[in-house]
Amino acid sequence: MKILQASRMERCTGCYSCSLACARIVYKSLSWKRAGIHIRSSGGISTGFEAKVCLGCNPAPCASVCPTEALRQRPGGGVFFKEKRCIHCGECAQACPVGAIYFDPIRKTPVLCLHCGQCVSYCPHECLEMVDASKEGKDAQ
Amino acid sequence: MPSSFKVIVVDLSRNLSSLEYFDTRDQWLGGSGLAAGLFRHFGLLREGPFHPDQPLIFAIGPLTGYFPLMSKTVLGFMSPYTSQYAESHAGGRSALALKFAGYDALVIKGRAEKPVCLGLGSQEIHIQDAHFLQGMDIYKTGKQLRNLNPRNPGHRSILRIGPAGENLVGYACINVDTYRHFGRLGGGAAMGGKNLKGIILSGDSHLDLDPDMTKQYNRVYNEIYSTVLQSGAMRKYHDLGTAENLIPLNELKALPWRNMQSTHDPDVQAVSGEKFAQDYLLRQVACAGCPVGCIHIGLLRERFGQEHEFLYRQVSYDYEPIFGMGTMLGIKSVPEVLTLLEDVDRLGLDAISAGGALAWATEALDKWIITREQTLVRLEFGDLQAYRAGLEHIARKSNAFYQALAQGALIAAEKYGGEDFACVLGQEMAGYATGENYFVSQALGFRHSHLDTGAYGYDQQENSRNIQGAIDYMQEQESYRVLMSSMSGCLFGRKAYPWENILRALSSLGYNYDQKSLQETVENIKCLRWALKFETGFQPEEVKIPSRFLETETWKGRLDPDYLRQLRSEYQEVLKKMAASYREEPREE
Repeated sequence: MKILQASRMERCTGCYSCSLACARIVYKSLSWKRAGIHIRSSGGISTGFEAKVCLGCNPAPCASVCPTEALRQRPGGGVFFKEKRCIHCGECAQACPVGAIYFDPIRKTPVLCLHCGQCVSYCPHECLEMVDASKEGKDAQ
Repeated sequence: MPSSFKVIVVDLSRNLSSLEYFDTRDQWLGGSGLAAGLFRHFGLLREGPFHPDQPLIFAIGPLTGYFPLMSKTVLGFMSPYTSQYAESHAGGRSALALKFAGYDALVIKGRAEKPVCLGLGSQEIHIQDAHFLQGMDIYKTGKQLRNLNPRNPGHRSILRIGPAGENLVGYACINVDTYRHFGRLGGGAAMGGKNLKGIILSGDSHLDLDPDMTKQYNRVYNEIYSTVLQSGAMRKYHDLGTAENLIPLNELKALPWRNMQSTHDPDVQAVSGEKFAQDYLLRQVACAGCPVGCIHIGLLRERFGQEHEFLYRQVSYDYEPIFGMGTMLGIKSVPEVLTLLEDVDRLGLDAISAGGALAWATEALDKWIITREQTLVRLEFGDLQAYRAGLEHIARKSNAFYQALAQGALIAAEKYGGEDFACVLGQEMAGYATGENYFVSQALGFRHSHLDTGAYGYDQQENSRNIQGAIDYMQEQESYRVLMSSMSGCLFGRKAYPWENILRALSSLGYNYDQKSLQETVENIKCLRWALKFETGFQPEEVKIPSRFLETETWKGRLDPDYLRQLRSEYQEVLKKMAASYREEPREE
């Protein structure tokens, strides 16, 4: 399975179209926060933009700490999320080493990238792409 | 959809805030209409711009955040430049931050005892001590404000003023997120008068989309988004940006040079959009929620030591600032224009008015109307260092002469002489010496801006000396622009948002307007804005059109002063009628 990678963030103009698309399409919200990909500048716009998004860990620390298997390892990296199984403990957000899980204080559920790729086509500068992580790993070896 | 506007009212004098709801969505729409409606409610129409309770109103629209290019915030305020009701627009992240903070508008009244920074989020309001930022420039202030509350990096908008705003310069701007501005008519001084050094807007909350509307909303969103990206309609704004206008306007003999002593210069290539892009463009950035990315950042490399020691600065540029700090001052080098733009930004001045003011002072000095003792520096067209010093003197009001100049070129000219060559039409002119229609439009325009009616476009049509044709054009343009500004949309999005697309976008969110009712509402907002401007002192007969404008030569040859006078006298009657026909509807709160 492919995973989302923010491969060319040097090109990012900070339009937030990806983030807003995720909120709109995946999380049915209008929000900067309720999105699986967060865009931020690091110390002002003059420093450029970075994407805070699931790196597709395998094994994923967030899935390992989930007490109810609401988060489960996804082949190729990242996790699946089953909301019905979630007991709203927030452990997953604590466990993510790169802070890519936003724990929604209203819905009490994790907001994270599901690697669905919906955001990719909204980026006007091809900063984002879907890649086959396992293949990429093999090539690198 | 929410039926009432949710407005947070912050009183700096009492250190108290209140939430107020206005059930006036049908009358005010949002953005420009909302700001005007709120000013009618909160504004002190017979008091000056620095009365402590005169409100500063930041308003967004019903499409903000929901659709691309709906990325502007409208500021409604009593202008320290004109002492009349005024509007100024800015992008950056301000609009989405206010939306996600959960408010349709922020109203700030009162005056803090000492400099403060207002921090606003969905569940927090901080009126924070900022005395340590007093006198600090825009860039340093921005860096310091990032350490204040609310802390929500990446999802905040940081507004601030520089020394010019603190010193109540009539054309001090409010800087938004470093590269955007509430530029014109002195919003920065209005903030300075409140001892309000900065505002942090934190977009930390969420809105659930209505499940019944999601399908339709996503469809309309995608259609508009692909119009923006795939049609190429807005590509020029990303490519060279507005700076692409330098060469064409120069060729038309419509680009003011050296205080508009000329409208053409053979050296335009030296400061053209092409030159900026090829040699100095570092990158483009975008306002939040807009995929266009029209903000052009130039790279200014500066040697600061004997050895190979360099620093670099990132300076935003656009057509109007290049005109203000470039052609109007006879500056013909990109690094020099960028240097002045950096200074003007750092001090928190409006680049267009500051350029117009210094250009007038340069000519006045050359004509011995004012003296070197008054200007403190030998102002000369093309002299970078002189203008760098001049900008500091304006921002700091260094002496009586600069105190007058800090109110505008025409105020200084009324005091010292030289009114005939003050390039002022309500405020310092924007960079369009296209002809009579534009000059009348800026002189009498609601914002005294090229954006009021886009009349420079009519000047470029055939048979453009046609009174009724010009008035119809300006009226139609103004109506559309009032609509777009009431949505808080960017005017660069005009091609993606014809009336029918705005109707579809509104409908996809559950707002049920038809074309006729929307048009009537827009006409009423237009009249409301004019009514406010007249009630706060606007007298179109009093607006001066200095003779420099009548002597202008464009590609069409000499201007026709008779046509200009006739257009002016008929247009001012149209404006009076609009102001008089405003119908106040019963208001519920």
